[in-house]
Order: sequence, then C-alpha cells, then structure tokens
Amino acid sequence: MAKPELMDYDKALELFEPVLGFEVHVELNTKTKMFSDAPNFFGGEPNTNVTPVDLGLPGSLPVVNEQAVKYAISLGLALGCSIAPTSRFARKNYFYPDLAKNYQISQFDEPIAFTGSVEVELPDGRLFTVPIERAHMEEDAGKLTHVGGATGRIQGAEYSLVDYNRAGVPLVEIVTDIIYGAEADAPELAKAYVSTIRDIVVALGISDAKMERGNLRCDANISLRPRTAPGEPPAKLGTRTETKNVNSLRSVERAIRYEIQRQAAILAGGGTIVQETRHWHEDTGQTSAGRPKSDADDYRYFPEPDLLPVVPSLELIEELRAALPEAPVARRRRLKADWGFTDLEFQDVVNSGLLTEIVETTKAGASAQSARKWWTGEIARVANQRGVDASTLVSPLHVSELIALVDAGTLTDRLARQVLEGVIEGEGTPDEVVAGRGLAVVSDDGALIAAIDEALAAQPDVLAKIRDGKVQAAGAVIGAVMKAMKGQADAARVRELVLERAV
Amino acid sequence: MSHDLTRLSASALAQKLATREVSSLEAVDAHLDRIAAVEPDVHAFLHVAADQARATARAIDARRASGDLTADETGAARGNGSELAGVPIAIKDVLCTIDMPSTAGSKILQGWVPPYDATVVARLRKAGLVPLGKTNMDEFAMGSSTEHSAYGPTHNPWDLDRIPGGSGGGSAAAVAAFEAPLALGSDTGGSIRQPAAVTGSVGMKPTYGGVSRYGAIALASSLDQVGPVSRSVLDAALLHDVIGGHDARDSTSLRDEWPSFAAAAREGAATRSLKGLKVGIVKELQGEGFQAGVTQRFEEAVALLTAAGAEVVEVSTPSFEYAISAYYLILPAEASSNLAKFDSVRFGLRVNPPGGGTVEDVMSATREAGFGPEVKRRIILGTYALSAGYYDAYYGSAQKVRTLIQRDFARVFADVDVLVSPSAPTTAFKLGEKLDDPLAMYLNDLTTIPANLAGVPGISLPVGLAPEDGLPVGIQFMAPAREDARLYKLGATLEALLEEKWGHPLLSEAPDLAPQEMFASEEGAV
Repeated sequence: MAKPELMDYDKALELFEPVLGFEVHVELNTKTKMFSDAPNFFGGEPNTNVTPVDLGLPGSLPVVNEQAVKYAISLGLALGCSIAPTSRFARKNYFYPDLAKNYQISQFDEPIAFTGSVEVELPDGRLFTVPIERAHMEEDAGKLTHVGGATGRIQGAEYSLVDYNRAGVPLVEIVTDIIYGAEADAPELAKAYVSTIRDIVVALGISDAKMERGNLRCDANISLRPRTAPGEPPAKLGTRTETKNVNSLRSVERAIRYEIQRQAAILAGGGTIVQETRHWHEDTGQTSAGRPKSDADDYRYFPEPDLLPVVPSLELIEELRAALPEAPVARRRRLKADWGFTDLEFQDVVNSGLLTEIVETTKAGASAQSARKWWTGEIARVANQRGVDASTLVSPLHVSELIALVDAGTLTDRLARQVLEGVIEGEGTPDEVVAGRGLAVVSDDGALIAAIDEALAAQPDVLAKIRDGKVQAAGAVIGAVMKAMKGQADAARVRELVLERAV
Repeated sequence: MSHDLTRLSASALAQKLATREVSSLEAVDAHLDRIAAVEPDVHAFLHVAADQARATARAIDARRASGDLTADETGAARGNGSELAGVPIAIKDVLCTIDMPSTAGSKILQGWVPPYDATVVARLRKAGLVPLGKTNMDEFAMGSSTEHSAYGPTHNPWDLDRIPGGSGGGSAAAVAAFEAPLALGSDTGGSIRQPAAVTGSVGMKPTYGGVSRYGAIALASSLDQVGPVSRSVLDAALLHDVIGGHDARDSTSLRDEWPSFAAAAREGAATRSLKGLKVGIVKELQGEGFQAGVTQRFEEAVALLTAAGAEVVEVSTPSFEYAISAYYLILPAEASSNLAKFDSVRFGLRVNPPGGGTVEDVMSATREAGFGPEVKRRIILGTYALSAGYYDAYYGSAQKVRTLIQRDFARVFADVDVLVSPSAPTTAFKLGEKLDDPLAMYLNDLTTIPANLAGVPGISLPVGLAPEDGLPVGIQFMAPAREDARLYKLGATLEALLEEKWGHPLLSEAPDLAPQEMFASEEGAV
C-alpha cells in the first residue's frame, strides 16, 4: 500500500468544510441475548453460548428480550429522542457466514427512538449540539477469524472460523443526522461525541461500554465540501467514506483528522473520493480501503414476520424517563462544583475522556483530587506511551485502592507509581503488587533508627550543625537514610526521627 | 385383528387402549404392518421409526398397567378426559423431531436430525402419542401435489395414479390409507385442507397463533400454521387439544385460553341441530373452474345444513379474486428470506465446487444442488418482489390486498357465523398433469388461501365422491379468528348427518390396497 498523500490540516480546513455523521453501536449488558435465552456473554469456548435460535437452525424462532427493549427506550430518552408508540423489527437480508440466518433482525423504517439531540462539550468548553436521527435495536453477528494469509483478513485467508457466541448479542445503533459546523474541531467533536455516548450508557448502566472490547463501536462518516465565496450558495455535499474499526476514543479523533487530510489531498489534486468503507489501522495511523458502499445496497428489508410490533405502554416510557440519570453536560457541571476543581483542572479531565473513571474511583472511596491526579497524570502518561486509552489499563477500584495505600502512608508517590506499573502488568491488586514486589514503606521505627544512627555517625559535621539548631542540615542525613532504605521509607517520618536522634 | 385396529378412529382406538382391550404395542404393530404392506404403493412416509415406536408403546403399556399414566396422557390435564396415550401418529417432515431426520422434503436437509423437538411434537409426546415416522411433502411445503418432494411423490390411496394433494400429501395419504389414525400437517395456503379434501380425510388449519410454529421449518412465517389431519372431526379436535395453546417460544402465539375442541366436536355430533347458525356461501369460491361433481356434492352438503336448521345465504368477498396474486408475492418474499439459512455453513448438505472456492462459491453450489426447481422459482420470485424499486409495487401492494381480504372477512363475519366453500376446485388430478404448469398448480389453492392471508381457521371434511370420477370431494368451513371450536362443532354435525346418510364413513369405500392374506399371517404374531 503506497503511502497516501495528506494535505496539511489547516490548509485542508481552509479549502473544505468537513461534514460528519456517526453510527455508534452499543452492546447492551442484558443477561440473555436479544432473541434467545442464551447467556449474553462471549469469549470462552467458541460456539458454546448458543441456542438453536442463535445458530439459525431450521424451525427456530426469535423472542424479543424485554430488558433490551427497556434499555433501548432509556437510551432513546437520554438522547432526547421520541419513543415510537409502535416500532417494528425488520429483516436485513444478506449472505455472510457470520450471520446465522443470512439475515439480521434489525429495525428499518420504524425504529424504537427517533429525532433527538445530544449536547457535547468541546475541549475549549464550548457546547455543540449533535442531532440524532434515530436509535434502533438489532442483533450482533458472529465473529469470524480468518486463518492463513498474511493480514488476518478475509482476502488471502486459507479458511475462516465462525464463533456464534456473539451472534444475537443485543445492540442499539445510534445514528446521527448530518453534522455541519464542526469545522476545525471535527476530530475533537468526534471524540467528544463518542465519549458522551459512553458516559450516557455507563450512567444508564446498560452497557459495559468498553471500546477495546467492542462494547461500543463507532463508524465515522466524513465528507468534505468545497468552500464557496460569501453570498454564494453552499456547494453540494461531497462523497463520504465510512471509517470502521475505530476502537478507542483516541482513534476516533485521529481517524477523522486523517480522513480530512487524505480526502483534501485527493480533491485538491482533482481526484474523486470513492464511496467505501475505510479500515482504521491503529498502528500506522492510517485508513485503508474496505468494501465499496453504495446508497443502492439492497438489503431487501421487510417487516420481520416472526415478531410482533413493539408497543411500549406510556406508563413504561414515563417510568423509564423518570429514572433517567442527569444529562452529561449537567452532570459535568455538578461534578465540577462537587469536586471543587478549577476550570483548567476540570477541562483537563473532560478532554482526557476520563470523567467516568474518576467518578468510579471516587465512588470506590478516593478523593476527587487524588483520582484526578492519578488518572490524568501517571495513568494517562503510560496510556499515551502505549498508544491506548487510559481506561483500558487499570480499573477505578484498583486506582482507589492505590490512593488509599498512599493516604495510609504505606506507599510514597514514587512507590505507588511502581505499584501502578505492577497492576498494569497484571500482577494483581495493589495490595498483591506491594506484597509481591516488596514495595511497602518501612514503617518499623527500629529499622529506621538503626539507619539514622549509622548515617549520623558517618557524618559527624552534619550532626554538629543540627545540634547547633541548623535544622535544614538534616537533609543530607535524610537523603542517606532514604538511599539506605531503597526509598521505601516515609521521608517525613525519617525527618522527625533524625531530629529526635540528633538531640 | 391388526386390520381392525388400523380401521379404528383415534378416539375409538383410545377407548380400547384405556380399557386395556388392546395394548399400544398391538396398535403400533398393526399400523407398522399396514405401513409395510401399502407403502410400496402409497409412499406416504419418508422415514418410519418402527423400533422407537414400539419402545414408546411398550413404555406406555407398562405405565398404564401400573396405573402410572400422567395427567397429560390420560387427558386429565386437558380437562376433556380424552386419553390419547398409546395412539400412533404420523408427523409431517416439516416438523423438527429430535430422534428422526427432518428434511422438509428437501435434499438440502437430507439426514439432518435436529437437536430439538418442535413444540407440537414435544406436546404430543407428553400426551403419550406414539410417533410412527415422518411423512412426505412437497419440498419446503411448496406445492399442491407432493410431486415437488425431493424423495419422490406420494400416491393417492383412492387412485394410485393420482396426487394426494400437497404440500401435506404424505400426512393425508397416511391417514386415508389407514397407516396412521392421526397425522400432523402444516398449512400455509391449504397444505392441510386440500390434501384432506382429495383423500377423503379431515384437515384443520387453526387460527394463526393458535398452535405453536416453534420447530416447524418455516415456509412463510406470517401464513404457516400447524394443524391436525385425521379421519374424523372428533379426532382432529382431540389432536388440536393436545398441540394447541400458547408457547413462549413463538412470539406470534396467542395467549388465549382455548375451549376444548373435542368437547365442541362431541356436542356437534350429539345435537345435530344447526338452528340459529348463519352460514355464508362465498360467491367468489364457486362456479367457473369448479368441477361439476365437486359443485354437486357441495350443494348437497349445503342442503343438509339447511335441513338441519341452518340459515344459508350467499355472501360476496370481492377481494378474494386477488388472493392468489397477493399470496404468490408474500409467500415467496418470506420464503426467500427464511430459506437463506440453508447455506451449508452450520448444518445440512455441503457441496464443494470442483477445485474449491470461496464461501460464496460453496453456498451457491450447495443451494444449486440442494434445492429443487419449485423452491428456486419461489426464491427468485421472492427476492425480486423484495428488491429496492420493486418492493412497493409487489410486496407492498400484496400486503394491501391482504388488508382488503381481512376487511372482507370482517365484513361478512359481521353478518354470518361461518363461511362455506368447496375445499378445492377439483378432485385429485393425475400425477404429472400439472407439473409443468406452475400457474395451473397454484390455482388449486384458490379456495384455501384466503383463510391463511386473514389468519382465520378453516376445516375440510369429506362430503362424498364426485359422480364423474368417484374421487373424494371436500367441503371447507371458515370461522372468525379464535372461533376454531365453532368449526369443530359444525363439522362434527355435518359429518354425523353425512355418515347417517351413507351408513358408514366415506373412507370405508376406499380401495383396500393390501392383499388380505398379509394380515391373516400377522394374526399369530400379535
């Protein structure tokens, strides 16, 4: 694959207006699948969490998971959508081996939720309203593994394996309207939008929302249209591409930026954009061509005759509306006040996409400031180094336990960073890493006193200065003691003891 | 004795079993003997599970001897005291059975044994009925003659050169040839009623949603309905009582509390009065295109209804004229999608194209080799009807016609209690006669299709032999949705009046098919 030409980002924005659209798939964390009573759990032995329904065996019939419908309604309401008094499932027909029935049960012209909007916050604190066209329910497909060939993709593979454990996992697909006006903030808006959707589904408790596990998947549509002179009508919309495989918030931002630069270079060179799916490559930071995607793709949708229309009662809708958590923007404002963060500190948190992690860490007992410091500091640094989302490295519970160890004086900040590293490496809980690596602060005064007496004896001049009242001279002794203790001592306690022993 | 046991109705046999006059094993053996004797001529079965049937019968006999029959087996669970434990039954091959291949008459499912029972099969097992085997059918229930079976046609017991109807020709022929007292069928556009009509047996298509479709290999999901096939109205009702009722595995299954259909049939046979019943003759389902003998026997039956006190009027349902056209868009559309799963990936036939190929190549080769011409024809029709740009003109228009048909039913049912028509325009035609003319074949279902499009129940029972060919003629009654009991009551009344007139059931006039000495030699073995 030749390295594609990219236009400078600012130059691209000068010539073109980016137009966006997103399809976000949210995997619901119901106990059972969308249309069968198989456990909603994948991973494990392939093809074990399946029933005749998930395998599409002849004679099997789907039955709608009521909990999934409730979750979809809640999500629709949280997106400010209207809930359809009657919505219908439809069959989307196409042959593909990960699709057990060779049709997917989805919703077509009668989705459960439609016409809403969601407010997202840009890095500079500005609010942007993203219009939502619809949210509909559907079932996930199985998972294909392509064996042989160089790339792990279907092209060139010797054979492919299918795991239907994921087949039938309940999904809600959220489709935005066309998004205009993001301008140079398009990449940041994309990230903020997906992050906001994640915050919403986490607050609703309806999805595990781990992008790296595919609980939350974003297909990013982008096209460019040439700018016209003031007073002239706007140009026609450009041809769009749909970038898939965007598995982290960071990738969402990078992929949009990349596509803007790639499309701009092609258009400026007199070329045309091919309407197609693009595959995002995290490692190279590029997209590559997928399959051509035409608006005329014919899925031969028709109403699913095996299922009745979904007709939620007004009481149910109102009950779910009453139980909605606060909107993300409102929630942020409340958290900022509750936590007492400065504007800068809070914006830092929002931009890092780690709000949810910090909330969860405080829920587990840590102070907001400590949680902020760890997540946006050391954890974000390691994540950045490894090119992954910070949320994938460590759980809020472990961060909270780590902070508790620091607060109790068991760990110094320096030791805590080593413990964090151990936790990230999978060595266990912070307590287990402390034990395993022998990293606890030496809190046994006896051991400290012995080291102090030795250091004082080795530096009689310092001892004399301290006795003369020059307390700052103690630093040299403290340093020697900390070195002797390999850093596993609380410096404040050492200082206290040095002054005691010097008298 | 064997011969006598196969001639008994299911209810009569059940009585002898209950009093232990005969054992289930004797009954099963008698039917297996009959199957062995006539199958070379009739070919009603695709699979006979003789050993399993005998084992099941023995187990029931043992439990009955120790007084351990369950409430389901004695009928106590159904509240009608209809003990069917030990009665043999044949099952249409469209229904999934965990212990027998289930092929739907197709090569693409040859040898496939499902890992589960259809709900109706599970229910009849629970009631102690003994499955004898699986019956022949048009491939995926597409056809009116069983000639589209991938395993060869079934022959009509009345005339082996003629079709037994379809798609459930195997079930109807098995019952009519005394190979089984009961059978299960499925009816998407007449596949229970038309075979019943042309073989002189009884077939009932229940209200859509009255019987679970779980485990019935789908043809057209919005039209398919499983139902009973038998030699008497009471027997059909008894079986309906066993298989009917809500099933959580079928979302389209109704949650209604159903009355006992057997009780309704018994009441109808006992009272024999139709006073207060208003019957509508459907103007559009008679006249031109209907065989003279069919019309004659139909009119004689209607005269019996009048004589029994029914008020008979003619009603018009103009939309029925478009029923076949709408049906042959809706059915292929749903079928094209339902049959997409037959792709060789998870089950059934797999054909690797010469030199290998992609997964798409394998799917294509498998479907090319595994599906017969009628199935391919309908898949192509349905795929076309659902295609972008054609959807509104074809599938969309067909759904509108369906709505009009439902409205016509609603309108006439506001005035009359039941509708009546001949079950089929003609008696059984010759094998091969219409095989090359799909349209002529489709016209066979003219009378039965409207009930499927509207989801209302329909029953067919014999009303005599057409004078010109001596072949059975059926009458069809239709009732509003959920009024299945009304059909059993009325059907049992007419059946009693007809048998009183004839002095015997119609099927006792059918050719015997098997040489008598066959049974004489079996006597000692029982």
